[in-house]
Amino acid sequence: MAVNAPAAPAPARAQEIGGIRRHQWASVLWAAARTPRGAIGLGLASSVVLLAVIGPFVAPYASDALLTLTFAKPSGQFLLGSDFLGRDVLSRLLDGGWVLLIMAACATALGIAGGAAAGISAAYLRGRSDGIIMRAVDVILAFPQLVFALLLLSLLGPKLWLITIAVGFSHAPQVARVLRSATLDISERDFVKAAELQGMRPAKVMTKEILPNLVSPLMVEAGLRLTYSIVIIAGLAFLGFGQPPPAANWGLMINENRIGLPLNPWAVIVPAVLIALLTIGTNTFTDAFARVAIGVDRRPEEAALIEDLGQEVGE
Amino acid sequence: MSQSIAPPIETTAAQRGVRLKVTDLEVRLGESGPDVVSEVSFAVQAGEVLGLVGESGSGKSTVALALLGHARRGLRITSGQVLLDGADLLAMSPDALRAARGARVSYVPQDPSSALNPTLRVGTQLREALQVHAGAVENPRDRVAEVMREVYLDATPEMLRRYPHQLSGGQQQRIALAMAFACRPSLIVLDEPTTGLDVSTQRHVLDTVRGMCRAYGVAAVYVSHDLAVVSGLVSDVAVMYAGRIVEIGRTARLFREPVHPYTRGLIGAVPSPDRAEVLTGIDGQQPRPGRRGAGCSFAARCGYAISDCTTEAPEPVVIAGRSVRCLRAWDIQATHPERPAVASCPPASTEAPTLSVRGVSASYGTTSVLFDVGLDVPPRACVAVVGESGSGKTTLARCAAGLHSNWTGEITFQGTALARAARQRGKDVLQRVQYIFQNPYTSLNPRKTVGQIVDQQLKQFGDLSFRERSARVVQVLEDVSLGRDFLSRYPDQLSGGERQRVAIARALVVEPDLLICDEVTSSLDVSVQAIIVELLRRIQEERQLAMIFITHNLALVRSIAQSAVVLCDGAVAESGSVEQILSRPAPPSTGRLMEDVPKLAGLARPGSGATAAGGRLSEP
Repeated sequence: MAVNAPAAPAPARAQEIGGIRRHQWASVLWAAARTPRGAIGLGLASSVVLLAVIGPFVAPYASDALLTLTFAKPSGQFLLGSDFLGRDVLSRLLDGGWVLLIMAACATALGIAGGAAAGISAAYLRGRSDGIIMRAVDVILAFPQLVFALLLLSLLGPKLWLITIAVGFSHAPQVARVLRSATLDISERDFVKAAELQGMRPAKVMTKEILPNLVSPLMVEAGLRLTYSIVIIAGLAFLGFGQPPPAANWGLMINENRIGLPLNPWAVIVPAVLIALLTIGTNTFTDAFARVAIGVDRRPEEAALIEDLGQEVGE
Repeated sequence: MSQSIAPPIETTAAQRGVRLKVTDLEVRLGESGPDVVSEVSFAVQAGEVLGLVGESGSGKSTVALALLGHARRGLRITSGQVLLDGADLLAMSPDALRAARGARVSYVPQDPSSALNPTLRVGTQLREALQVHAGAVENPRDRVAEVMREVYLDATPEMLRRYPHQLSGGQQQRIALAMAFACRPSLIVLDEPTTGLDVSTQRHVLDTVRGMCRAYGVAAVYVSHDLAVVSGLVSDVAVMYAGRIVEIGRTARLFREPVHPYTRGLIGAVPSPDRAEVLTGIDGQQPRPGRRGAGCSFAARCGYAISDCTTEAPEPVVIAGRSVRCLRAWDIQATHPERPAVASCPPASTEAPTLSVRGVSASYGTTSVLFDVGLDVPPRACVAVVGESGSGKTTLARCAAGLHSNWTGEITFQGTALARAARQRGKDVLQRVQYIFQNPYTSLNPRKTVGQIVDQQLKQFGDLSFRERSARVVQVLEDVSLGRDFLSRYPDQLSGGERQRVAIARALVVEPDLLICDEVTSSLDVSVQAIIVELLRRIQEERQLAMIFITHNLALVRSIAQSAVVLCDGAVAESGSVEQILSRPAPPSTGRLMEDVPKLAGLARPGSGATAAGGRLSEP
């Protein structure tokens, strides 16, 4: 009856096989945003991001216009006072965020991509590849992140793209370590062996079979690395490796105005607070995401047990 | 003796009388959630063992834990009584309950390797159990020696100084047993304590439990999904389904003449070592808490169900010496279904074998696990490879599939020698030799739909159009009795049995010549195991496949294979037709494997096997 069925069943449609596309990471993100911790983190980070994005369009003055006395106290005209050259602090704040954010985002993306590629291939290929990749990672890890970036910059000059690459590169080893251990666990599972028995090439096994199971650790790592990127890039700007002086930049502003701290503290405090809020926000949200993701990514057997109890309804 | 927190336990001879009485136990999910377990009542006499059986998810472990006044996270014991020697454990204060646990009621968990503390020596752990209940025992040192003797372990200083990882699985479980018996409790709860052990060790552990309960008048509750294990051990058995006891009564009678359709289903699913029979499982899935509906929970899977069954919840009725929760108990009791015998096996073919293994030795690192193994799989035949855990049977399968490449010797498939590793083999060979993994919970990618999983196999092995591929995918899913609505499901939405069917479909869709099944039913319930074995048998017959069926369960072999190879410590102990191996006296290894396989008491020949062993303690 089965093999020689008189009427062959109609072939499946594409959407039937594909199923309802379940972007699991999107639902986890949403769930994380609805926890108190996640809501606070997301609120903090997104308000700073919003400020940086719409800032250039609503700034009252040009960021490099010399308008008043140096270190003027806040007034009705200049809400946060002026900086060491008499420029409007508020305008410079509104103008100085987006470059930092773009650089941080790019550096994070670079670090995650490079680190994930290294970590996953080390864990999956094992043997000599694992040794070579992980020893290289250890060498890079031996340098403190900031020192490593400084070293590259002092050798090649402070260019924005170079800063981004340097910061991204300095993230890669940590990302590689985390993803290597996550991959070691996944690549032991039988579905990876089943793919190998289909004669699938290693590169395809890694991208098609293993990678989709690493979404949660990847997202957590991305959030964490974003936080570090912001801190390091702002720190480098503070040290003078960033946009050259006339440009507005939160890290640079802290450095430029610290001599006038007693006269107009807002020129230092507000950029510092913005950086702090942004990093606390991204970090808190990442934490919330990780907590939700752990609940979702329980090993399948455990999940099945819990399902047996019907525990999925509570939490 | 001191009258401290726990009453003294001086029982050295069996005491008569009810030790444990459970009435109307109910466990719910959360504060006001659906019931996970309800209307559970039973009693256990001193010196007797009650078996609690059912498929996974039936609530048997939840009941077991409730006997210690404990509920798993998210669950709550909402009503009922657990009377132990007349005192209600559920009504005790937290302090009194803590004092009672370990001293008056103790627990033996499923997995001893995770239950014992890996950083403490076993002697320390045993003494710890006694020290916690100060005053329960006068001389802890002597008691440790005593319980060690009772579980047949040497109470030598070297033994007591060992760490858990220096013991075998069976020894670990004996230590756990010794701990449970150390304070001479009134009740012992055993939660599938032999599941991870091979049959020989399992039997020794069971003998120990039985003997100890008799000797000290302890009441025991033994949770198991394995009916055969239970039938030889327990005096009464309670069958649980969807959180309720559906049938409870004396073991021998209940297994000989089961009344409830669910009990009948479970027993029908147990393979018989004596006769080649078509196994009948129970199709479908147990409803989860909160989705159990108004009527009988089993109605949806029941062959005897009538329309009343879906609306009217059955109350327990006493019939033929047991209590049954079934509306049609009286009608059903009169019928006696028999399992049909498997059609006689085809005569041994003289054609060249599909797969031929010659002189294969394999090792992991420096440890050799296979020694000069040989076997032939004729076309269109199923060969079973049987052995205890550690006998190398899985390694053999992995060598043949190319998953393990550290072997020497020769494996030829359809006349050509196979390369050691899968990646050195041609696509053609990979397609013709398909492998089904033991654990369906890890063999399917959780991020892919069933459709994608099966379709990917076709994509890798050919260049059919999407239309052709999808037609085949749907066809093969129907062949394994999964409809097309499974296409878009993800593995975590499937039960264990359904997952294993998807794995079978994935193997079949590329039309292989040889199917290697590696313990494919060992992680499934016995009712599901029967269905999967029957499915494989039917497919093997219809598609004329050659098949290697790896199992540790000798009883299953009759239902599926025509010939068998018994592996023992990495070498072939015996091979031949199934009939020969199972019926004539054999070398010690097979004999042992056969003897230790627990048989269903009601179905076994009278006076044979586990029932006759009774309470006698036998020492290895």
